[in-house]
Amino acid sequence: MDLFFEGLARAVTLLLQGDRELLRVTLLSLQVSGTATILCLLVGVPLGTALALTRFPGRGIALGLVNTGMGLPPVVVGLIVSIMLWRTGPLGQLRLLYTPTAMVIAQCVIALPIVVGLTVAAIQQLNPKLRLQILGLGASRMQLLWLLIREARLPLLAAVMAGFGAVISEVGASIMVGGNLLGQTRVLTTATVMEVSKGEFGAAMAFSVVLLLLVYTVNALLTWVQQRGRPL
Amino acid sequence: MSAGQIEQVERRADVANATPHVEVRGLVVRRSGRVVLDVDGLELRRGEILALVGPNGAGKSTLVTALALLERPAAGTILLDGEQVDWRRGLLAARRRLAIVFQEPLLFDTTVADNVATGLKLRGISGREREPLVARWLDRLGIVHLARRQARTLSGGEAQRTSLARALVLAPELLLLDEPFAALDAPTREALTDDLLPLLRETATTTVLVTHDRDEALEMGDRIGVILDGRLVQVDRPEAVLAAPANEAVAAFFRRRRPAAPRSDAILHSSPT
Repeated sequence: MDLFFEGLARAVTLLLQGDRELLRVTLLSLQVSGTATILCLLVGVPLGTALALTRFPGRGIALGLVNTGMGLPPVVVGLIVSIMLWRTGPLGQLRLLYTPTAMVIAQCVIALPIVVGLTVAAIQQLNPKLRLQILGLGASRMQLLWLLIREARLPLLAAVMAGFGAVISEVGASIMVGGNLLGQTRVLTTATVMEVSKGEFGAAMAFSVVLLLLVYTVNALLTWVQQRGRPL
Repeated sequence: MSAGQIEQVERRADVANATPHVEVRGLVVRRSGRVVLDVDGLELRRGEILALVGPNGAGKSTLVTALALLERPAAGTILLDGEQVDWRRGLLAARRRLAIVFQEPLLFDTTVADNVATGLKLRGISGREREPLVARWLDRLGIVHLARRQARTLSGGEAQRTSLARALVLAPELLLLDEPFAALDAPTREALTDDLLPLLRETATTTVLVTHDRDEALEMGDRIGVILDGRLVQVDRPEAVLAAPANEAVAAFFRRRRPAAPRSDAILHSSPT
């Protein structure tokens, strides 16, 4: 238990000192996971909405794949993205391995099924007649899409939280495709793993505390947006 | 005959002389391969209110959904002002000449004023032009005091008034009302129809009102259309439908279940329920 409190004390000291490495690692975490989440939203929300609204052969299989993808283990994603980006791999010429871009790619693969799956659920819980009413008001297809997304904004914000939560906290993929390079690809999770393996529990605690604070702040902000102006 | 009745008969005569505004020819709607609606022809004159009646599942809502261009028929044509609706090109433009109100108000999760403004926004009408229109229709439907309220806090009657304002603000050439009063209690329903009818008259809005309430049909319709088993079996003035029903099924639909109550005051002052 001593280790825990010693670690906590060291964490507070590092935080109060405004440790430069800690700051840099925190910012990179936010940048990589934030970018991945935003990209997933831009692609995943329209894709999920289309999947919820259309009927086509193989739709059941597509939905099954999306739902399976929601539980994709980050290490498996890390492995596959590593193979793809490996120097002799299909995308090796892009020279992306061990860069923040590679981490964004891996995190997108993790978060996209989550965003798509939860978007499908969010749109499908809307009244099916609402779609007819919106078209009856003279909406174009894009306007229909936008109004449905706006109506489903509460559960969609849950999709944002779930997607961001999954990528900010994953370590397996980031360490494989990023390599945990100091000042380049080291993020809060990979730094924590490394410090623990060195026996530096204080530093590991500092990274973990910041990670928790970051997750809490982002989710508190999203919850505020979600619940704004809503009576009990 | 009272002055009001004379006026109504004259109005109906006007309607009868007007040019066809909406025309339906050979409309067939199929679902899962089964024909659910088969209407040979229907003509609506400008400003006319057609009340569509029939038992549940007869095809009333299907006809209205097809007229709203929300369900593509398997066959047949719909003409607006003599111009055939093209389902491939020009569907959006044609839809924007119509408006539909369903039994459920289907309001958006925002304020009443925002709800009423939605169709105008979709048509790219600027805020400055929208505001007076929205204010006017909120006022006309008696909900101006609710403008800032969130739609989810409204009562059933208030929500349906909002839904009607959202449709009427668009000045639709054809207004489709799919049982808009069915979920309301009797006093709320009467107050709403009392307010709505003069507005439809004043704006001369061509209207198709679906209802399963005989008295509502008789009160609001210039003509009554009876749908049975997906077929429009009779379209005529209310008194004509009552006097000469097309067949036994139509007669049965309009037949009173029991005679008026024996009390003399009840006979004199009875209102249809």
